[in-house]
Amino acid sequence: MPRDRTTRILLGALLVLLGAGPFLPKWAMFMLNVSLSWGTVVLGMMLLMRTGLVSFGQGLYYCLGAYAAGVSYAKLGIGDIAVMLLASTAVTVAVSAVLGLLLAKYRDIFFAMLSLAFSMILFGLLVKTSELGSTDGFGLSVASVAGVPLAEGWDRYAVFASAVVVAFGAALGMQRYLDSHTGRLAGAIRDNELRVEYMGASVRRVIHLNYVISAVLAGLGGGLVGITIGHVDPEMAFWTTSGEFVFIAILSGTGNVLAPFLGATIFETVRSFAYEYSPNTWQLVLGITMLLVIVFLPGGLWSVFTRRRTP
Amino acid sequence: MNQIAAILIDGIIYSSWLFVIAVGLTLIYGVMKILNVAHGSLYALGAYAATAFGGYWIAQGHPPLGSYGMLVVAAVAVGLTAGPLIERGLLRLVYGKEEVVLVLVTYAVFLILEDLTKLAFGVDPLSIPQPYGLLGSIEVGDLIYPTYSLVVVLLSVVVGIGLAMTLNRTRHGKILQAVIHDREMAAATGINVSRVYLVTFTIGTALAALGGALTAPTISVQPGIAAEVIVLAFAVVVIGGLGSLGGAALGAVIVGMVRAWAVHKWPEVELFSVYAVMAAVLVMRPKGLFAVPEARKI
Repeated sequence: MPRDRTTRILLGALLVLLGAGPFLPKWAMFMLNVSLSWGTVVLGMMLLMRTGLVSFGQGLYYCLGAYAAGVSYAKLGIGDIAVMLLASTAVTVAVSAVLGLLLAKYRDIFFAMLSLAFSMILFGLLVKTSELGSTDGFGLSVASVAGVPLAEGWDRYAVFASAVVVAFGAALGMQRYLDSHTGRLAGAIRDNELRVEYMGASVRRVIHLNYVISAVLAGLGGGLVGITIGHVDPEMAFWTTSGEFVFIAILSGTGNVLAPFLGATIFETVRSFAYEYSPNTWQLVLGITMLLVIVFLPGGLWSVFTRRRTP
Repeated sequence: MNQIAAILIDGIIYSSWLFVIAVGLTLIYGVMKILNVAHGSLYALGAYAATAFGGYWIAQGHPPLGSYGMLVVAAVAVGLTAGPLIERGLLRLVYGKEEVVLVLVTYAVFLILEDLTKLAFGVDPLSIPQPYGLLGSIEVGDLIYPTYSLVVVLLSVVVGIGLAMTLNRTRHGKILQAVIHDREMAAATGINVSRVYLVTFTIGTALAALGGALTAPTISVQPGIAAEVIVLAFAVVVIGGLGSLGGAALGAVIVGMVRAWAVHKWPEVELFSVYAVMAAVLVMRPKGLFAVPEARKI
């Protein structure tokens, strides 16, 4: 029963990460923190890819989520992690619900291009908005979690624990959703839209819903990254950021809700070390890896685990 | 009045530049159905090659006027090396996959070329200012424009007309159109499709590199220019309709004029305006303004 095992692994990971958090060295906590946030973003991309859509503009929601958290802190004076993440969610739901109306009609490269255009619009806006720091962005910080003020020295752990809880909730929720009636339609739409319509389901509504879900996950991931790094800037909406998410999604594969987190952790680990030792060949490695995965492992890294079991 | 003239002239200059950087992208898509993300890197390679070739030419003490020739030589050199290398070495292995997968493949090429360029040319900004300053400037009323901009405008017109003539008036052009229309049928009538692909990709690469080589004298050539240019080129070809030559020209004019207007009238929305137009066109005509209606094949 592979499904049960995923839930158990998730629960185990939740407990281990929460328990081990206070003893982790700062750098490891930071890296895990970013990996979990990025994994959450890629989890949303995975849902879109299961539906047969590749977004080159997920940076839009990643950036919106981060700026929503940032604005709560810097402009409204709210330093509560839970409230900041709620702000990220609210903004991304609102924007994606509207844009989803349009995007649900698009497929293939046209979906990719229109989503890219929207994210570049946000980039163009933020770069020229001096109230939000233009190209430099602005800094943010945290003071409490869900009303509980943070004791001295515990802020890092609080951010980390929030990321763990959000990632866990997202993964478990996604697992449930993919098993539900609507969730299962994703793969069907990818295979043959016409048949789905004949069966009486609305393709557009499912795509719209999946789009909003993926946007919220990107927004939460963005909010978490903003809080973790303590800084947000327009570069988060630039297309290369979205490209990195696409890369992780391809690397991970769409086989399991755990895959995006695995992929994001590998990506973040390799990136940290590559930045340190070989900053000018880092993208070279990425590109070659991506080609190898596309040609030899179309199911992503996750398919390595499942290959033997599926005949 | 003066401002309108300024907007128009700036718009024309910017449109011409956009056309040169985008036309190769639309050509490759039209024939091969590949939306080539690496187009931006090939543009950057062209710019770097121009600084190298042009710099060498001037350092050797040859007459500076020859540096213009060197810009073209740089573009051709990049086209003839990188084009076949990418097409034969990689793309040939992935033909027939979904269009989105091909986008991802070229995105991987983009990443690889980013770093190869850094390794070959270093990360410090390079420049080749001589061709830009050499021609002096022209006065239009009380506005002053560098003559070099005029060269870019003329060249884009030459490239556009040249491509249109080749496509519609020559044997090779007709063959290309046959391949665009129906690849399998063309192959069945004895056209060597594989070679058509190779030649198309090489020409597209050379055009990207030409865009870069032409731009090199006006900017400081440094890492990051590839990523900036490719999204602009996307905007241009998507507005006009992917794969359409006339569409690329129209897209370039629209984006160029909109940006020129924004720069003069409302500088805050300069960057934003380009993508807003792109989104607006995609929303109203999902396949771009000049998209050819596609016959559904079973």
